[in-house]
Amino acid sequence: MLANTGQFLLVLALCTSAVLMVLPMVGYFKNNEQLMKTGRPLSYLLFVLVLTTFVILVSLFVMQDFSVTYVWQHSSLELPLRYRITATWGAHEGSVLMWVTVQALWIAAVARYSRSLSLSQVSRVLSVLGIIATGFLAFVLFASNPFEITNPAPLDGRDLNPLLQDFGMIIHPPLLYFGYVGLSVAFALAVAALIGGQIDEKWIRWSRRWTNLAWAFLTVGIILGSWWAYYELGWGGWWFWDPVENASFLPWLAGTALIHVQAVSERKNAFRGWTVLLAIIAFSLCVLGTFLVRSGSITSVHSFAADPFRGVFILVLLGIYAGGALTLYALRVNQLRSRDAINLESRETMLLANSLIFITSTFTILLGTLFPMIFEAMGKKISVGSPYFGLMFFLLMIPMAVLLPLGAQLKWHKDKMGAAIKALLPHFFIATALTVGAYFLFDGLNLRATAGIFGGFWIASSSVGQILKFPGRMNAGFVGMSVAHLGVAVFLFGMSMTEHKDVEKDILLKPGQTTQVAGYDFTFNGVSQVKIENYQAQQGSIQVSQNGRPIVELNPQKRFYPKQQQPMTEADIYPGFTKDIYVSLGEAVNDQGDWAVRIYIKPFIRWMWFGGLMMMAGAVIALFSKRSQRLEQQQVDQVMQERLKLS
Amino acid sequence: MKKALIALLPLSIFAALIGLLYVNLSTHSEDLPSPLIGKPVPPFKHPTLYSNQVLTEQDFRGQPWLLNVFGSWCPSCQYEHPLVTALAQSGTIKVVGLNWKDEAVDADRWLRKWGNPYHEILVDYEGDTAINLGVYGAPETFLIDAQGIIVHKITGVLTEENIREQLMPRIEQLRP
Repeated sequence: MLANTGQFLLVLALCTSAVLMVLPMVGYFKNNEQLMKTGRPLSYLLFVLVLTTFVILVSLFVMQDFSVTYVWQHSSLELPLRYRITATWGAHEGSVLMWVTVQALWIAAVARYSRSLSLSQVSRVLSVLGIIATGFLAFVLFASNPFEITNPAPLDGRDLNPLLQDFGMIIHPPLLYFGYVGLSVAFALAVAALIGGQIDEKWIRWSRRWTNLAWAFLTVGIILGSWWAYYELGWGGWWFWDPVENASFLPWLAGTALIHVQAVSERKNAFRGWTVLLAIIAFSLCVLGTFLVRSGSITSVHSFAADPFRGVFILVLLGIYAGGALTLYALRVNQLRSRDAINLESRETMLLANSLIFITSTFTILLGTLFPMIFEAMGKKISVGSPYFGLMFFLLMIPMAVLLPLGAQLKWHKDKMGAAIKALLPHFFIATALTVGAYFLFDGLNLRATAGIFGGFWIASSSVGQILKFPGRMNAGFVGMSVAHLGVAVFLFGMSMTEHKDVEKDILLKPGQTTQVAGYDFTFNGVSQVKIENYQAQQGSIQVSQNGRPIVELNPQKRFYPKQQQPMTEADIYPGFTKDIYVSLGEAVNDQGDWAVRIYIKPFIRWMWFGGLMMMAGAVIALFSKRSQRLEQQQVDQVMQERLKLS
Repeated sequence: MKKALIALLPLSIFAALIGLLYVNLSTHSEDLPSPLIGKPVPPFKHPTLYSNQVLTEQDFRGQPWLLNVFGSWCPSCQYEHPLVTALAQSGTIKVVGLNWKDEAVDADRWLRKWGNPYHEILVDYEGDTAINLGVYGAPETFLIDAQGIIVHKITGVLTEENIREQLMPRIEQLRP
């Protein structure tokens, strides 16, 4: 019964968003204020409808309604309540519904927080967002309906994939969706601007804050994904260049280019077309990512179910969104001519360089991801692995790390390159000295690690120097930028250390036996059977100590989920500021209690994620910039005055 | 000229991309014809992963068998692994693994983690036999009859569908 209600609300939501797609846009072209004004209330209505639908699906899981196909396929009587809730978005149908829910939330937020835009602008933006929502709602309804009924209902469900029965999985997808969908706001603004044929500073300033927020969500979503892969997959890796990971990384890279270019185009009449194009690219990559994950075109560990019909559907959506936007772009870009000249020795030039580096990286990784498909189209099959991505990305990030401090050092508008380089020279020496120090402290580093660590020190030292030197510039924009750039430095350091100085040991241990890895003693105290919630596990006990002083007891598990007939390796990790101790169980070698055990020492791995969090924090801090708040208030006042004048 | 280029370049790249994705989607069928069907298995000689022997194609004569090309580096292999296991355990047919371009340590770890369904595992470290078999990428599965003739080939992962519709009828026919 409840499922029918959900289905009905879904149809209503589709109708509402179709109306939202049409009415305000028609109002804009006919210059009909009444029609344009429908945009906001329709957005709120859409949000209420979609949210209710989503809540209904969650309730179906909580109540274990196995007459609903999607529920019995991904839940079971024994599944704990918290995972019943998260199972809602654990598989395809529910995750697309969640996408739509987040989309509706963003649309409502745009409707609410857009007082600084004129009515004609808001109506266009909301209409474009309506187009996107309509496409995805149709996709839910016609290609991935979560409310389909099975008759007769099975007595028990199939249970949720054990990989997804985990805390990281609870929050990772929603955050990623907030980021993906958030980029649709920048996209909608770009398209709306192309429709109107003009774009000014106010538009870009307004969209910049949304882009920053979306980028922050995307950043934290990717970090969580990496962290989840690290502790849940049991291989000790944190990034696999898997197509699905790339699908989230590509919009992030394009988004990084976008937020940096926006910093220029909101100040000057420059790079307007480029800003618009980057906004289109960033969101199109989100949709492309969804296509890659959902169509089964590329097989990956993440794509649990693939369906060609869904693939075609998303491809059509991608064609409409990106194809339509790029056609508009082709028609209108030359009207968006940027009038201000850009001085070569200025921060503007450096930000342009930044965007070029990031967009090149985007396409390099896109190419690597699609390469197997290009070959397949020619009748061959190949597989592109992490060596390609690792090397290409390393090479592309060298100019990024070298130029970053220079970009932050140079002033807006016009500066002297020579003076900036001179000011940075001390930091170059500090970074060199620290790198040499690190080289000896960690008994030698290979080339990539040395380069990465030098990059980290170089960025950190110059960022700190800039903060100390210009205390007068302590506004949120500057602080946000510095925090994010320091995050880049911390990330580079953590990544280089983790990638090149980790220790891995696979060893056979008898009960009571002790082994030494990197100065730590690991004593194996055997394996015992435990039964927890919906799984059984063989739980190992490993005492870690150093110089006879006990540090921690680790309990890695080998889990077995009877419903899914699937074994799972659950590592146990002792996290630390400078290193993680990571232990996971292999297999029982014989029946005398000997086990294959894998031990990792992962130096500074937390720094990597912490660096990512700092980048996110930087983007959030920048939202509170006094300058942009003041300018936005001015815009609001101006819009109000115009409205008064009209009435 | 430059104006037109700026305007049209992104759209053209995108159109090419959509074309590629569409072609891929429609040709992504699992049954690319193989010229080897109806021909004998190319001769090979490989050490095995566990049983410490060196086997050739002659050693498998006498009953039909499946050759499943896999590697620990291949996510799709992990995806089809439960089906390979089920097929091998059902006793319908002898399943032989061809461990393709893989480190023995990694293969061993992978098999210990996910289980070893194979009757024997041939180690093709250099990838020679895979080339002779015209392997596009892992996983691929060859159905070979008692005389060593390749009867059928499945490119890409095994699914319940292609096992039911492509493999099982042919295995039935091979039964004496």
